[in-house]
Amino acid sequence: MNLGSGQGSMSTASSSGAWKAGDVVPDQFPAGLRVLVVDDDPTCLMILEKMLRTCLYEVTKCNRAETALSLLRGNKSGFDIVISDVHMPDMDGFKLLEHIGLEMDLPVIMMSADDGKHVVMKGVTHGACDYLIKPVRIEALKNIWQHVVRKRKNEWKDLEQSGSVEDGDRQQKPSEDVDYSSSANEGNWKNSKRRKDEEDDAEERDDTSTLKKPRVVWSVELHQQFVAAVNQLGIDKAVPKKILELMNVPGLTRENVASHLQKYRLYLRRLSGVSQHQNGLNNSFMGPQEATFGSISSLNGLDLQTLAVAGQLPAQSLATLQAAGLGRSTGKSGLPMPLVDQRNLFSFEAPKFRYGEGQQQQQQLSNSSKQMNLLHGIPTTMEPKQLATLRHSAQSFGSINMQVNAHGNDSSSLLMQMAQPHSRAQILNETTGNHVSRIASSMGQPVLSNGIAGGLLTRNVIVENGRGAGFNPVSQGPSVVEFPMNHTAELPGNSFPLGTNPGISSIQSKGLLEEVSSEIKGSRGFVPSYDIFNELHQPKSQDWELQNVGLTFNASQHANSIPGNLGSEHGNTHNISQHLNTLVDSSSRVKTEKILDPCCEITPFPEHYVQEDLMSALLKQQEGIGPVEGEFDFDGYSMDNIPV
Amino acid sequence: MEVVQMQRRFVEYAASLFREGFLDGQFTQLQQLQDESNPDFVVEVVSLFFEDSEKLLNDLSRALDQQNVDFKRVDSHVHQLKGSSSSIGAQRVKNACIAFRNYCEEQNTDACLSCLQQVKQEYSLAKSKLETLFRLEQQILTAGGSIPIMME
Repeated sequence: MNLGSGQGSMSTASSSGAWKAGDVVPDQFPAGLRVLVVDDDPTCLMILEKMLRTCLYEVTKCNRAETALSLLRGNKSGFDIVISDVHMPDMDGFKLLEHIGLEMDLPVIMMSADDGKHVVMKGVTHGACDYLIKPVRIEALKNIWQHVVRKRKNEWKDLEQSGSVEDGDRQQKPSEDVDYSSSANEGNWKNSKRRKDEEDDAEERDDTSTLKKPRVVWSVELHQQFVAAVNQLGIDKAVPKKILELMNVPGLTRENVASHLQKYRLYLRRLSGVSQHQNGLNNSFMGPQEATFGSISSLNGLDLQTLAVAGQLPAQSLATLQAAGLGRSTGKSGLPMPLVDQRNLFSFEAPKFRYGEGQQQQQQLSNSSKQMNLLHGIPTTMEPKQLATLRHSAQSFGSINMQVNAHGNDSSSLLMQMAQPHSRAQILNETTGNHVSRIASSMGQPVLSNGIAGGLLTRNVIVENGRGAGFNPVSQGPSVVEFPMNHTAELPGNSFPLGTNPGISSIQSKGLLEEVSSEIKGSRGFVPSYDIFNELHQPKSQDWELQNVGLTFNASQHANSIPGNLGSEHGNTHNISQHLNTLVDSSSRVKTEKILDPCCEITPFPEHYVQEDLMSALLKQQEGIGPVEGEFDFDGYSMDNIPV
Repeated sequence: MEVVQMQRRFVEYAASLFREGFLDGQFTQLQQLQDESNPDFVVEVVSLFFEDSEKLLNDLSRALDQQNVDFKRVDSHVHQLKGSSSSIGAQRVKNACIAFRNYCEEQNTDACLSCLQQVKQEYSLAKSKLETLFRLEQQILTAGGSIPIMME
């Protein structure tokens, strides 16, 4: 019996031919890829294990999500990728997905016998890097290593896009066997502007080397040191090299700092909209940020930072959030952080009454009043920052951002608004019209609370009302969103004590998603969501931002339909993401420089897990602060404020 | 009986199962996964499937027997059965599950009961067919022959 290491007598599986039959050296990527498989169905589990072994992967299987989590927690760098079933008795697969994304930031592949569009979409929005439909064929498993590579590559890209840093470090890839680099393009690094969504195909094989790069965990302390160094240098003068010197942390590289700095800057920018730091920060960030379009990484952490900078968040919690947020990277690509932020910012009120049950979350929150203040303040001052952040996050709100920037406050509010419905629309995609509309409206309202929000709200409301049947009047909502929040309530305790905006938005979106799926049980069609988009198009009188959104939605519609189509074919599901990516591409082409990628927008959602904690924290505070919502009058916002 | 004859019988029987839709390409995948390091892989997996399915079918019967049927639960069981049956290539069982799920969505108890019957039937058929197939296989092996590989 000499099969242990897959020598000559490999199974007859046709796929085995592609693998090196001989010694399975750990570095013989992708052989040796450490896969964790989670599925409560013993039959499937056994088959998967066998298939993965045939692919020369190192397989660990477990039939319970809890077991999987503890395995992962106990050995954070012990696995490269996780494959999980969607329907499991002890924990929903998406929940597990979130946990993993938050805590370990590993690529996760979902699988299910369920090929309904909304489920696949849920996978996308929760940040799964792929979705396989059962029965899984070995061919589908052969290529899962691409997700690992892609994620690492995106992390590098993040570093790359730290704009101000020197280019020299780019080339240092540890030598790995690059047998799989079909195109030995070192030059890929130059394509830093490329979006990080999963549109990148396995071209970047040369990044296999990045696989082994140890990830820096930005712990609370480390982040605090970082912030101290940055503040000491002055945010405008803070360059990675100097920060690194000041921090004086052994083992920390300039790239780590650079990437962290980039995220931090994004946060600050966003925050500056909220607090009073703005203009200087804003301007300084606008420029470099443009270049870093693609890097949407974990803005959650950035938000926290900015909040902290604003002095409203305790550094500790910020750091923690930051650490968690930044720790997770850009692998999820295409996350419209701004989107999240905006939602966060504007919807903090919503969470308040929505997530009442988030007991755990609440306990994690520390500073209620501060956060609340921040939140209140955010909408008002956000706009310019929003624009900035949106710009940078680019991809989702590309067009909107641009537009808003042009206009200033009003535009920004518009932007915000667009962000709201936009993000919501994304979420809505999954659901049936009514629910969606209700959620959307309810989501929208809290969001646009303060002053500026007024203008936004109006627009928002108008947009929504314009939908006619699609949207119900604003008032409903909290109850609808509530129970999904329960799902999100259990955020990992070690995550984010702070409930900042990001958290809120993410929770909201999550809530929406969850709610939607639960509500939609019976109706799987995507049609309603498309209607929403169509209706968005209706108010042509609106600025072209709306139209742009519509455009993107169109693309997203197409994109959305793809999963359904692809999903129905066995073994083709792994193509879905690629299709989506292509769609995304085309959608981005639709708009000039704007890269509106609805599909991809959703993918970053996992980033918001950090936010969920924030959200709960926020909620807690909100409750402490009183009826925040009451302060904001959502009615009667005039669209007039929104310049075209 | 000669090994060659046995082998032929085996091949023909297997082919008929595919032809009649009892098995599909996924089963072939399983067969291809089997190798010298795991010579009983298919039998093991299928046995696991039988065990699991019987449990699921019992749970289903019980769930549908309740005063207030919890359709979510029923649906989840059926979904599981659908997943495992599709994973081993038991096509007809899988198809019966798909139909079953539609009725679950409609929350139609009677229709569900009849679907359950259908699924149980298909399952029994699949089980007996597979057991026959394995028996034929075993005969060949005992006689010293080798199992013809079925390529898709």
